[in-house]
Amino acid sequence: MIPTIPQPRALSLAYTAYIIAFFVFLALPLVVVAVFAFNDSQFPSLPWEGFTWNWFFGSERPMIGVFHERPILRAIGTSCFVAILVSLLSVAVGTSNAFLFNRYRFRGQGLLYVFMLLPLVIPGIVLGISILVFSSRVANGLWDMAQWDWEALRPGLLLVILGQFSFIATIATLVIGARLQKFDRSLEEAAMNLGANRLTAVRTITIPYLAPAMIGAFVVAFLMSFENFNTTLMLVGSDAPLTIAMFDRLKEGSTPLLNAVSLLLMIGSSLLALVMIAFQRRS
Amino acid sequence: MRAEAKLGFILLLSPLVVWLSLLILIPHIDMLLVSLRERVGVGEYRISLANYLTFINEPLYLRTFIRTAMMSILATTITLLIAFPVSYYIAKIARGRVQSALFLLCLVPFWVSELVRTFGWMILLRETGIISNLLQALGLVDGPVELLYNDAAIMVGLVYTSMLFMVVPLVTTLESLPDEVIEAGYDLGGNGISVLREIIIPHATPGIVSGCIVVFMLSLGNYLTPIMLGGKDSLWFTELIYSQFIVRFNWELGAAFGFLLLGLSSFIVWGMLKLTGQSLEKTMG
Repeated sequence: MIPTIPQPRALSLAYTAYIIAFFVFLALPLVVVAVFAFNDSQFPSLPWEGFTWNWFFGSERPMIGVFHERPILRAIGTSCFVAILVSLLSVAVGTSNAFLFNRYRFRGQGLLYVFMLLPLVIPGIVLGISILVFSSRVANGLWDMAQWDWEALRPGLLLVILGQFSFIATIATLVIGARLQKFDRSLEEAAMNLGANRLTAVRTITIPYLAPAMIGAFVVAFLMSFENFNTTLMLVGSDAPLTIAMFDRLKEGSTPLLNAVSLLLMIGSSLLALVMIAFQRRS
Repeated sequence: MRAEAKLGFILLLSPLVVWLSLLILIPHIDMLLVSLRERVGVGEYRISLANYLTFINEPLYLRTFIRTAMMSILATTITLLIAFPVSYYIAKIARGRVQSALFLLCLVPFWVSELVRTFGWMILLRETGIISNLLQALGLVDGPVELLYNDAAIMVGLVYTSMLFMVVPLVTTLESLPDEVIEAGYDLGGNGISVLREIIIPHATPGIVSGCIVVFMLSLGNYLTPIMLGGKDSLWFTELIYSQFIVRFNWELGAAFGFLLLGLSSFIVWGMLKLTGQSLEKTMG
Protein backbone atom coordinates (compact mmCIF):
# COMPACT_ATOMS: atom_id res chain seq x y z
CA MET A 1 0.00 0.00 0.00
CA ILE A 2 2.03 2.91 -1.30
CA PRO A 3 0.92 5.83 -3.49
CA THR A 4 2.26 4.23 -6.68
CA ILE A 5 0.05 1.17 -6.25
CA PRO A 6 -3.61 1.94 -6.94
CA GLN A 7 -6.00 1.05 -4.12
CA PRO A 8 -9.78 0.92 -3.92
CA ARG A 9 -11.12 4.38 -3.13
CA ALA A 10 -13.13 3.22 -0.14
CA LEU A 11 -10.04 1.69 1.43
CA SER A 12 -7.90 4.81 1.15
CA LEU A 13 -10.78 6.96 2.44
CA ALA A 14 -11.14 4.69 5.46
CA TYR A 15 -7.41 4.88 6.04
CA THR A 16 -7.43 8.68 5.96
CA ALA A 17 -10.39 8.73 8.34
CA TYR A 18 -8.46 6.49 10.72
CA ILE A 19 -5.46 8.84 10.66
CA ILE A 20 -7.70 11.83 11.39
CA ALA A 21 -9.36 9.97 14.25
CA PHE A 22 -5.92 9.14 15.65
CA PHE A 23 -4.83 12.75 15.71
CA VAL A 24 -8.13 13.80 17.31
CA PHE A 25 -7.42 11.20 20.00
CA LEU A 26 -3.94 12.66 20.50
CA ALA A 27 -5.13 16.25 20.70
CA LEU A 28 -8.31 15.80 22.70
CA PRO A 29 -7.00 15.65 26.31
CA LEU A 30 -4.64 18.56 25.74
CA VAL A 31 -7.27 20.74 24.07
CA VAL A 32 -9.71 20.03 26.88
CA VAL A 33 -7.14 20.93 29.54
CA ALA A 34 -6.34 24.18 27.73
CA VAL A 35 -9.96 25.23 27.17
CA PHE A 36 -11.07 24.72 30.75
CA ALA A 37 -8.31 26.98 32.01
CA PHE A 38 -10.65 29.78 30.95
CA ASN A 39 -13.85 28.47 32.53
CA ASP A 40 -15.38 30.90 35.02
CA SER A 41 -16.21 28.14 37.50
CA GLN A 42 -14.70 26.32 40.46
CA PHE A 43 -14.48 23.04 38.58
CA PRO A 44 -12.73 22.13 35.34
CA SER A 45 -15.86 20.56 33.91
CA LEU A 46 -19.10 21.40 32.15
CA PRO A 47 -21.27 23.48 32.27
CA TRP A 48 -19.35 26.30 30.65
CA GLU A 49 -19.83 29.36 32.86
CA GLY A 50 -18.21 31.94 30.64
CA PHE A 51 -14.74 33.10 29.75
CA THR A 52 -12.30 34.42 32.34
CA TRP A 53 -8.61 35.20 32.76
CA ASN A 54 -8.94 34.84 36.52
CA TRP A 55 -7.22 31.47 36.75
CA PHE A 56 -4.10 33.20 35.46
CA PHE A 57 -4.23 36.69 36.92
CA GLY A 58 -6.94 36.56 39.61
CA SER A 59 -5.75 37.72 43.02
CA GLU A 60 -8.85 37.25 45.19
CA ARG A 61 -10.40 34.17 46.70
CA PRO A 62 -11.90 31.92 45.51
CA MET A 63 -10.17 32.51 42.19
CA ILE A 64 -6.49 32.93 42.82
CA GLY A 65 -4.63 32.76 39.54
CA VAL A 66 -1.32 31.05 38.82
CA PHE A 67 0.65 34.26 39.05
CA HIS A 68 -0.57 34.93 42.59
CA GLU A 69 -0.35 31.40 43.89
CA ARG A 70 2.90 31.27 45.88
CA PRO A 71 3.24 27.49 46.39
CA ILE A 72 2.85 26.83 42.65
CA LEU A 73 5.34 29.55 41.72
CA ARG A 74 7.82 28.14 44.23
CA ALA A 75 7.32 24.63 42.83
CA ILE A 76 8.03 25.94 39.31
CA GLY A 77 11.23 27.51 40.64
CA THR A 78 12.25 24.24 42.29
CA SER A 79 11.60 22.31 39.10
CA CYS A 80 13.69 24.75 37.05
CA PHE A 81 16.55 24.56 39.54
CA VAL A 82 16.54 20.75 39.52
CA ALA A 83 16.17 20.59 35.73
CA ILE A 84 19.08 22.96 35.07
CA LEU A 85 21.44 21.06 37.37
CA VAL A 86 20.38 17.68 35.99
CA SER A 87 20.86 18.91 32.41
CA LEU A 88 24.29 20.43 33.06
CA LEU A 89 25.47 17.29 34.80
CA SER A 90 24.01 15.00 32.13
CA VAL A 91 25.52 16.93 29.22
CA ALA A 92 28.95 17.01 30.92
CA VAL A 93 28.98 13.30 31.70
CA GLY A 94 27.32 12.48 28.37
CA THR A 95 30.02 14.30 26.41
CA SER A 96 32.74 12.54 28.35
CA ASN A 97 31.08 9.16 27.75
CA ALA A 98 30.65 9.88 24.05
CA PHE A 99 34.38 10.58 23.69
CA LEU A 100 35.25 7.50 25.71
CA PHE A 101 33.22 5.12 23.55
CA ASN A 102 34.20 6.85 20.31
CA ARG A 103 37.94 7.33 20.79
CA TYR A 104 39.12 4.36 22.81
CA ARG A 105 39.07 0.62 22.27
CA PHE A 106 39.44 -1.31 25.48
CA ARG A 107 38.62 -4.64 27.02
CA GLY A 108 35.07 -4.88 28.30
CA GLN A 109 33.96 -1.94 26.17
CA GLY A 110 30.93 -3.71 24.74
CA LEU A 111 29.86 -4.85 28.18
CA LEU A 112 30.29 -1.36 29.61
CA TYR A 113 28.21 0.08 26.77
CA VAL A 114 25.35 -2.32 27.47
CA PHE A 115 25.63 -1.49 31.16
CA MET A 116 25.45 2.19 30.30
CA LEU A 117 22.14 1.54 28.48
CA LEU A 118 20.58 -0.31 31.42
CA PRO A 119 19.17 2.75 33.25
CA LEU A 120 16.74 3.09 30.32
CA VAL A 121 15.22 -0.33 30.98
CA ILE A 122 14.97 -0.02 34.76
CA PRO A 123 11.53 1.21 35.89
CA GLY A 124 11.80 4.74 37.25
CA ILE A 125 10.27 3.84 40.57
CA VAL A 126 12.88 1.09 41.11
CA LEU A 127 15.69 3.55 40.35
CA GLY A 128 14.12 5.82 42.94
CA ILE A 129 13.85 3.28 45.74
CA SER A 130 17.30 1.79 45.14
CA ILE A 131 18.90 5.21 45.48
CA LEU A 132 16.72 5.93 48.52
CA VAL A 133 17.80 2.69 50.22
CA PHE A 134 21.48 3.18 49.44
CA SER A 135 21.64 6.84 50.44
CA SER A 136 19.93 6.20 53.74
CA ARG A 137 22.34 3.36 54.43
CA VAL A 138 25.26 5.73 53.81
CA ALA A 139 23.61 8.38 55.98
CA ASN A 140 23.05 5.90 58.80
CA GLY A 141 26.60 4.65 58.46
CA LEU A 142 27.96 8.19 58.76
CA TRP A 143 25.85 8.72 61.85
CA ASP A 144 26.96 5.48 63.48
CA MET A 145 30.62 6.08 62.72
CA ALA A 146 31.04 9.79 63.24
CA GLN A 147 27.76 11.05 64.75
CA TRP A 148 27.54 13.15 61.61
CA ASP A 149 24.04 13.74 60.28
CA TRP A 150 24.43 14.61 56.64
CA GLU A 151 21.00 16.05 55.80
CA ALA A 152 21.59 16.03 52.04
CA LEU A 153 21.44 12.24 51.97
CA ARG A 154 17.87 12.21 53.30
CA PRO A 155 15.03 12.56 50.79
CA GLY A 156 15.31 16.00 49.23
CA LEU A 157 16.57 17.92 46.25
CA LEU A 158 20.04 16.36 46.07
CA LEU A 159 18.56 12.88 45.83
CA VAL A 160 15.98 14.06 43.28
CA ILE A 161 18.80 15.49 41.15
CA LEU A 162 20.92 12.34 41.41
CA GLY A 163 17.93 10.09 40.75
CA GLN A 164 16.94 11.94 37.59
CA PHE A 165 20.54 12.22 36.45
CA SER A 166 21.02 8.45 36.81
CA PHE A 167 18.94 7.75 33.70
CA ILE A 168 18.95 11.08 31.84
CA ALA A 169 22.75 10.78 31.51
CA THR A 170 22.21 7.74 29.27
CA ILE A 171 19.99 9.74 26.94
CA ALA A 172 22.51 12.60 26.79
CA THR A 173 25.26 10.08 25.99
CA LEU A 174 23.24 8.60 23.13
CA VAL A 175 22.35 12.01 21.63
CA ILE A 176 25.90 13.37 21.78
CA GLY A 177 27.49 10.04 20.82
CA ALA A 178 25.37 9.85 17.66
CA ARG A 179 26.78 13.17 16.42
CA LEU A 180 30.35 12.41 17.42
CA GLN A 181 30.15 9.24 15.34
CA LYS A 182 29.56 11.34 12.21
CA PHE A 183 32.53 13.60 12.91
CA ASP A 184 35.36 13.44 10.38
CA ARG A 185 38.48 12.90 12.45
CA SER A 186 40.82 14.14 9.75
CA LEU A 187 39.68 17.66 10.67
CA GLU A 188 41.19 17.18 14.11
CA GLU A 189 44.36 15.79 12.56
CA ALA A 190 44.56 18.81 10.24
CA ALA A 191 44.38 21.11 13.25
CA MET A 192 47.17 19.14 14.88
CA ASN A 193 49.28 19.31 11.73
CA LEU A 194 48.85 23.06 11.90
CA GLY A 195 50.43 23.06 15.32
CA ALA A 196 47.56 22.66 17.74
CA ASN A 197 47.92 20.12 20.49
CA ARG A 198 45.22 17.49 20.98
CA LEU A 199 43.31 19.43 23.60
CA THR A 200 43.23 22.62 21.53
CA ALA A 201 42.12 20.65 18.49
CA VAL A 202 39.25 19.10 20.41
CA ARG A 203 38.28 22.42 21.94
CA THR A 204 38.33 24.46 18.73
CA ILE A 205 37.17 21.87 16.20
CA THR A 206 35.32 18.97 17.77
CA ILE A 207 33.39 20.71 20.53
CA PRO A 208 31.92 23.39 18.19
CA TYR A 209 30.91 20.56 15.87
CA LEU A 210 29.20 18.80 18.79
CA ALA A 211 27.51 21.95 20.07
CA PRO A 212 24.11 21.39 18.39
CA ALA A 213 23.93 17.90 19.87
CA MET A 214 25.00 19.19 23.27
CA ILE A 215 22.32 21.87 23.21
CA GLY A 216 19.80 19.32 21.97
CA ALA A 217 20.75 16.97 24.78
CA PHE A 218 20.46 19.83 27.27
CA VAL A 219 16.93 20.69 26.15
CA VAL A 220 15.80 17.05 26.13
CA ALA A 221 17.32 16.53 29.58
CA PHE A 222 15.64 19.69 30.85
CA LEU A 223 12.22 18.62 29.63
CA MET A 224 12.63 15.05 30.91
CA SER A 225 13.70 16.29 34.30
CA PHE A 226 10.89 18.84 34.45
CA GLU A 227 8.22 16.28 33.75
CA ASN A 228 9.74 13.35 35.62
CA PHE A 229 7.37 11.86 38.13
CA ASN A 230 8.17 8.29 39.18
CA THR A 231 11.77 8.66 40.31
CA THR A 232 11.10 12.05 41.88
CA LEU A 233 8.12 10.72 43.84
CA MET A 234 10.31 8.30 45.79
CA LEU A 235 13.10 10.78 46.53
CA VAL A 236 11.28 14.01 47.18
CA GLY A 237 11.57 15.79 50.52
CA SER A 238 9.80 18.94 51.64
CA ASP A 239 10.60 21.03 48.51
CA ALA A 240 8.26 19.56 45.95
CA PRO A 241 8.94 20.11 42.24
CA LEU A 242 5.97 21.12 40.10
CA THR A 243 4.80 17.65 39.05
CA ILE A 244 4.65 16.47 42.65
CA ALA A 245 2.95 19.67 43.84
CA MET A 246 0.33 19.35 41.10
CA PHE A 247 -0.18 15.68 41.90
CA ASP A 248 -0.88 16.50 45.55
CA ARG A 249 -3.47 19.08 44.52
CA LEU A 250 -5.06 16.81 41.98
CA LYS A 251 -5.62 14.19 44.68
CA GLU A 252 -7.52 16.71 46.76
CA GLY A 253 -9.73 17.71 43.85
CA SER A 254 -9.02 19.99 40.98
CA THR A 255 -9.80 23.60 40.19
CA PRO A 256 -9.16 25.28 36.83
CA LEU A 257 -5.97 26.61 38.43
CA LEU A 258 -4.38 23.30 37.50
CA ASN A 259 -5.58 23.76 33.93
CA ALA A 260 -3.94 27.18 33.85
CA VAL A 261 -0.62 25.74 35.11
CA SER A 262 -0.89 22.93 32.57
CA LEU A 263 -1.53 25.36 29.73
CA LEU A 264 1.53 27.38 30.71
CA LEU A 265 3.56 24.15 30.80
CA MET A 266 2.35 23.19 27.33
CA ILE A 267 3.25 26.61 25.94
CA GLY A 268 6.63 26.58 27.66
CA SER A 269 7.66 23.14 26.50
CA SER A 270 6.43 23.64 22.92
CA LEU A 271 8.40 26.89 22.71
CA LEU A 272 11.49 25.11 24.00
CA ALA A 273 11.01 22.27 21.52
CA LEU A 274 10.50 24.74 18.64
CA VAL A 275 13.63 26.67 19.56
CA MET A 276 15.56 23.42 19.57
CA ILE A 277 14.22 22.36 16.17
CA ALA A 278 14.94 25.78 14.67
CA PHE A 279 18.44 25.68 16.07
CA GLN A 280 19.10 22.20 14.70
CA ARG A 281 17.82 23.20 11.25
CA ARG A 282 20.17 26.15 11.06
CA SER A 283 23.32 24.30 11.93
CA MET B 1 52.08 10.61 23.91
CA ARG B 2 51.11 7.18 25.20
CA ALA B 3 51.07 8.43 28.78
CA GLU B 4 48.90 11.34 27.68
CA ALA B 5 46.45 9.00 25.98
CA LYS B 6 46.30 6.86 29.08
CA LEU B 7 45.61 9.87 31.27
CA GLY B 8 42.86 10.98 28.88
CA PHE B 9 41.37 7.51 29.00
CA ILE B 10 41.27 7.49 32.79
CA LEU B 11 39.79 10.99 32.91
CA LEU B 12 37.02 10.00 30.51
CA LEU B 13 36.39 6.66 32.16
CA SER B 14 36.04 7.90 35.71
CA PRO B 15 32.76 9.90 35.42
CA LEU B 16 31.15 6.90 33.75
CA VAL B 17 32.37 4.50 36.40
CA VAL B 18 31.36 6.80 39.27
CA TRP B 19 27.90 7.31 37.77
CA LEU B 20 27.19 3.66 37.02
CA SER B 21 28.60 2.27 40.23
CA LEU B 22 27.29 4.80 42.74
CA LEU B 23 23.87 5.41 41.22
CA ILE B 24 23.05 2.13 39.51
CA LEU B 25 25.12 -0.90 40.54
CA ILE B 26 25.68 -0.43 44.27
CA PRO B 27 22.15 0.87 45.03
CA HIS B 28 20.65 -2.16 43.30
CA ILE B 29 22.92 -4.57 45.17
CA ASP B 30 22.01 -2.79 48.36
CA MET B 31 18.33 -3.04 47.54
CA LEU B 32 18.75 -6.78 46.96
CA LEU B 33 20.46 -7.14 50.36
CA VAL B 34 17.69 -5.20 52.09
CA SER B 35 15.06 -7.35 50.42
CA LEU B 36 16.81 -10.48 51.72
CA ARG B 37 16.74 -9.54 55.38
CA GLU B 38 14.12 -10.01 58.01
CA ARG B 39 13.62 -7.91 61.08
CA VAL B 40 13.83 -9.98 64.25
CA GLY B 41 14.11 -7.22 66.83
CA VAL B 42 14.88 -3.53 67.21
CA GLY B 43 17.76 -2.90 64.83
CA GLU B 44 18.39 -6.65 64.50
CA TYR B 45 18.14 -8.40 61.19
CA ARG B 46 18.86 -11.80 59.76
CA ILE B 47 19.12 -13.06 56.24
CA SER B 48 16.01 -14.81 55.04
CA LEU B 49 13.61 -15.14 52.17
CA ALA B 50 10.71 -14.04 54.38
CA ASN B 51 9.80 -11.05 52.21
CA TYR B 52 9.59 -13.12 49.06
CA LEU B 53 7.55 -15.74 50.91
CA THR B 54 5.15 -13.03 52.05
CA PHE B 55 4.76 -12.05 48.42
CA ILE B 56 3.92 -15.60 47.36
CA ASN B 57 1.62 -16.34 50.29
CA GLU B 58 -0.40 -13.15 50.23
CA PRO B 59 -2.95 -13.46 47.40
CA LEU B 60 -3.37 -9.69 47.05
CA TYR B 61 0.30 -9.15 46.24
CA LEU B 62 0.59 -12.00 43.80
CA ARG B 63 -2.67 -11.12 42.09
CA THR B 64 -1.66 -7.48 41.71
CA PHE B 65 1.68 -8.54 40.27
CA ILE B 66 0.10 -10.79 37.66
CA ARG B 67 -2.61 -8.28 36.88
CA THR B 68 -0.06 -5.51 36.35
CA ALA B 69 1.94 -7.73 34.00
CA MET B 70 -1.13 -8.81 32.02
CA MET B 71 -2.50 -5.31 31.67
CA SER B 72 0.91 -4.01 30.59
CA ILE B 73 1.12 -6.69 27.90
CA LEU B 74 -2.39 -5.79 26.76
CA ALA B 75 -1.54 -2.08 26.71
CA THR B 76 1.59 -2.82 24.65
CA THR B 77 -0.41 -4.87 22.14
CA ILE B 78 -3.11 -2.22 21.76
CA THR B 79 -0.51 0.52 21.37
CA LEU B 80 1.24 -1.48 18.64
CA LEU B 81 -2.02 -2.15 16.78
CA ILE B 82 -3.04 1.52 16.89
CA ALA B 83 0.41 2.91 16.13
CA PHE B 84 1.37 0.64 13.23
CA PRO B 85 -1.06 2.00 10.61
CA VAL B 86 -0.31 5.56 11.73
CA SER B 87 3.44 5.04 11.48
CA TYR B 88 3.05 3.41 8.10
CA TYR B 89 1.01 6.36 6.89
CA ILE B 90 3.62 8.83 8.11
CA ALA B 91 6.57 6.86 6.74
CA LYS B 92 5.25 5.65 3.40
CA ILE B 93 2.12 7.50 2.30
CA ALA B 94 2.48 11.08 3.49
CA ARG B 95 5.02 13.13 1.54
CA GLY B 96 7.18 16.17 2.14
CA ARG B 97 5.74 18.80 4.44
CA VAL B 98 2.70 16.78 5.45
CA GLN B 99 5.01 13.98 6.50
CA SER B 100 7.19 16.08 8.79
CA ALA B 101 4.16 17.98 10.13
CA LEU B 102 2.37 14.75 11.06
CA PHE B 103 5.50 13.38 12.69
CA LEU B 104 5.94 16.55 14.74
CA LEU B 105 2.26 16.46 15.73
CA CYS B 106 2.86 12.99 17.13
CA LEU B 107 5.66 14.32 19.31
CA VAL B 108 3.93 17.43 20.66
CA PRO B 109 1.71 15.82 23.34
CA PHE B 110 4.72 14.14 24.88
CA TRP B 111 6.61 17.27 25.63
CA VAL B 112 3.89 17.90 28.16
CA SER B 113 4.05 16.31 31.56
CA GLU B 114 2.34 12.96 32.00
CA LEU B 115 0.36 14.59 34.79
CA VAL B 116 -1.24 17.02 32.34
CA ARG B 117 -2.16 14.24 29.94
CA THR B 118 -3.74 12.20 32.72
CA PHE B 119 -5.57 15.26 33.96
CA GLY B 120 -6.97 15.76 30.45
CA TRP B 121 -8.39 12.25 30.44
CA MET B 122 -9.92 12.83 33.87
CA ILE B 123 -11.76 15.89 32.56
CA LEU B 124 -12.96 13.92 29.55
CA LEU B 125 -14.05 10.74 31.28
CA ARG B 126 -15.46 11.75 34.64
CA GLU B 127 -19.14 11.75 35.51
CA THR B 128 -19.51 15.48 34.88
CA GLY B 129 -17.02 15.28 32.03
CA ILE B 130 -17.16 16.01 28.33
CA ILE B 131 -17.92 12.54 27.04
CA SER B 132 -20.65 11.92 29.58
CA ASN B 133 -22.28 15.24 28.65
CA LEU B 134 -21.90 14.52 24.97
CA LEU B 135 -23.60 11.15 25.31
CA GLN B 136 -26.46 12.78 27.21
CA ALA B 137 -26.83 15.54 24.62
CA LEU B 138 -27.02 12.92 21.89
CA GLY B 139 -29.70 11.11 23.86
CA LEU B 140 -27.70 7.90 24.05
CA VAL B 141 -27.85 7.72 27.85
CA ASP B 142 -30.37 9.06 30.34
CA GLY B 143 -28.22 10.28 33.21
CA PRO B 144 -24.54 11.07 33.75
CA VAL B 145 -22.23 8.11 33.20
CA GLU B 146 -19.02 7.53 35.13
CA LEU B 147 -16.33 6.43 32.68
CA LEU B 148 -13.46 7.04 35.05
CA TYR B 149 -12.12 4.76 37.79
CA ASN B 150 -12.11 1.45 35.96
CA ASP B 151 -9.66 -0.74 34.05
CA ALA B 152 -10.71 0.57 30.65
CA ALA B 153 -9.83 4.10 31.73
CA ILE B 154 -6.39 2.88 32.88
CA MET B 155 -5.93 1.22 29.49
CA VAL B 156 -6.83 4.40 27.60
CA GLY B 157 -4.39 6.37 29.74
CA LEU B 158 -1.56 3.86 29.32
CA VAL B 159 -1.99 3.59 25.56
CA TYR B 160 -2.13 7.37 25.20
CA THR B 161 0.92 7.91 27.37
CA SER B 162 3.08 5.39 25.53
CA MET B 163 2.02 6.15 21.96
CA LEU B 164 5.08 8.24 21.09
CA PHE B 165 7.51 5.51 22.10
CA MET B 166 5.88 3.17 19.62
CA VAL B 167 5.42 5.62 16.74
CA VAL B 168 9.00 6.95 16.63
CA PRO B 169 10.86 3.61 16.26
CA LEU B 170 8.21 2.32 13.84
CA VAL B 171 8.43 5.38 11.59
CA THR B 172 12.22 5.19 11.62
CA THR B 173 12.36 1.54 10.52
CA LEU B 174 9.50 1.83 8.02
CA GLU B 175 11.12 4.85 6.38
CA SER B 176 14.18 2.76 5.60
CA LEU B 177 12.12 0.30 3.54
CA PRO B 178 12.44 1.28 -0.14
CA ASP B 179 9.19 1.68 -2.08
CA GLU B 180 10.62 -0.50 -4.84
CA VAL B 181 10.66 -3.51 -2.56
CA ILE B 182 6.96 -3.11 -1.87
CA GLU B 183 6.27 -2.61 -5.59
CA ALA B 184 8.27 -5.74 -6.35
CA GLY B 185 6.10 -7.61 -3.88
CA TYR B 186 2.98 -6.59 -5.78
CA ASP B 187 4.62 -7.31 -9.16
CA LEU B 188 5.35 -10.83 -8.03
CA GLY B 189 1.66 -11.37 -7.46
CA GLY B 190 1.33 -10.46 -3.80
CA ASN B 191 -1.72 -8.71 -2.46
CA GLY B 192 -1.96 -6.17 0.35
CA ILE B 193 -2.03 -8.79 3.08
CA SER B 194 0.80 -10.98 1.84
CA VAL B 195 3.02 -7.94 1.19
CA LEU B 196 2.31 -6.76 4.73
CA ARG B 197 3.07 -10.17 6.19
CA GLU B 198 6.12 -11.10 4.14
CA ILE B 199 7.81 -7.78 3.48
CA ILE B 200 6.66 -4.93 5.68
CA ILE B 201 6.41 -6.60 9.06
CA PRO B 202 9.72 -8.52 8.81
CA HIS B 203 11.44 -5.29 7.83
CA ALA B 204 9.84 -3.39 10.71
CA THR B 205 10.71 -6.01 13.34
CA PRO B 206 13.55 -4.06 14.99
CA GLY B 207 11.24 -1.06 15.37
CA ILE B 208 8.41 -3.21 16.68
CA VAL B 209 10.71 -4.81 19.24
CA SER B 210 12.20 -1.60 20.56
CA GLY B 211 8.78 0.09 20.64
CA CYS B 212 7.23 -2.83 22.52
CA ILE B 213 10.09 -2.98 25.03
CA VAL B 214 9.83 0.68 25.92
CA VAL B 215 6.03 0.72 26.04
CA PHE B 216 5.89 -2.40 28.18
CA MET B 217 8.43 -1.00 30.60
CA LEU B 218 6.69 2.34 30.87
CA SER B 219 3.33 0.67 31.49
CA LEU B 220 4.71 -1.72 34.08
CA GLY B 221 6.48 1.04 35.95
CA ASN B 222 3.68 3.57 35.64
CA TYR B 223 2.31 4.99 38.86
CA LEU B 224 0.38 8.08 37.92
CA THR B 225 -2.05 6.68 35.34
CA PRO B 226 -3.37 3.72 37.37
CA ILE B 227 -3.70 5.78 40.53
CA MET B 228 -5.51 8.70 38.90
CA LEU B 229 -7.67 6.86 36.37
CA GLY B 230 -8.15 3.53 38.13
CA GLY B 231 -10.76 2.67 40.72
CA LYS B 232 -10.46 1.33 44.24
CA ASP B 233 -10.04 -2.26 43.06
CA SER B 234 -7.59 -1.60 40.27
CA LEU B 235 -4.32 -1.78 42.17
CA TRP B 236 -1.06 -1.47 40.29
CA PHE B 237 2.16 -3.08 41.52
CA THR B 238 3.97 0.24 41.79
CA GLU B 239 1.29 1.39 44.24
CA LEU B 240 2.25 -1.51 46.50
CA ILE B 241 5.91 -0.50 46.35
CA TYR B 242 5.03 3.09 47.16
CA SER B 243 2.82 2.18 50.09
CA GLN B 244 5.39 -0.21 51.58
CA PHE B 245 8.10 2.43 51.35
CA ILE B 246 6.37 5.67 52.16
CA VAL B 247 3.21 4.76 54.05
CA ARG B 248 4.05 1.61 56.00
CA PHE B 249 7.79 2.15 56.17
CA ASN B 250 8.41 -1.55 55.58
CA TRP B 251 11.49 -1.12 53.38
CA GLU B 252 12.37 -4.82 53.41
CA LEU B 253 9.12 -5.84 51.75
CA GLY B 254 9.16 -2.77 49.50
CA ALA B 255 12.67 -3.62 48.30
CA ALA B 256 11.56 -7.18 47.57
CA PHE B 257 8.65 -5.79 45.53
CA GLY B 258 11.01 -3.47 43.70
CA PHE B 259 13.24 -6.38 42.83
CA LEU B 260 10.33 -8.45 41.59
CA LEU B 261 9.23 -5.58 39.34
CA LEU B 262 12.77 -5.19 38.04
CA GLY B 263 13.03 -8.95 37.53
CA LEU B 264 9.78 -9.10 35.58
CA SER B 265 10.66 -6.19 33.35
CA SER B 266 14.18 -7.51 32.67
CA PHE B 267 12.79 -10.96 31.93
CA ILE B 268 10.28 -9.67 29.40
CA VAL B 269 12.85 -7.38 27.76
CA TRP B 270 15.36 -10.23 27.57
CA GLY B 271 12.70 -12.63 26.26
CA MET B 272 11.61 -10.23 23.53
CA LEU B 273 15.21 -9.64 22.44
CA LYS B 274 15.96 -13.37 22.38
CA LEU B 275 12.76 -14.24 20.57
CA THR B 276 13.51 -11.85 17.75
CA GLY B 277 17.30 -12.18 17.74
CA GLN B 278 17.94 -8.51 18.52
CA SER B 279 20.45 -7.01 20.91
CA LEU B 280 20.05 -4.24 23.44
CA GLU B 281 22.71 -2.08 21.76
CA LYS B 282 20.88 -2.16 18.46
CA THR B 283 17.39 -1.56 19.79
CA MET B 284 18.23 1.19 22.27
CA GLY B 285 21.33 2.79 20.83
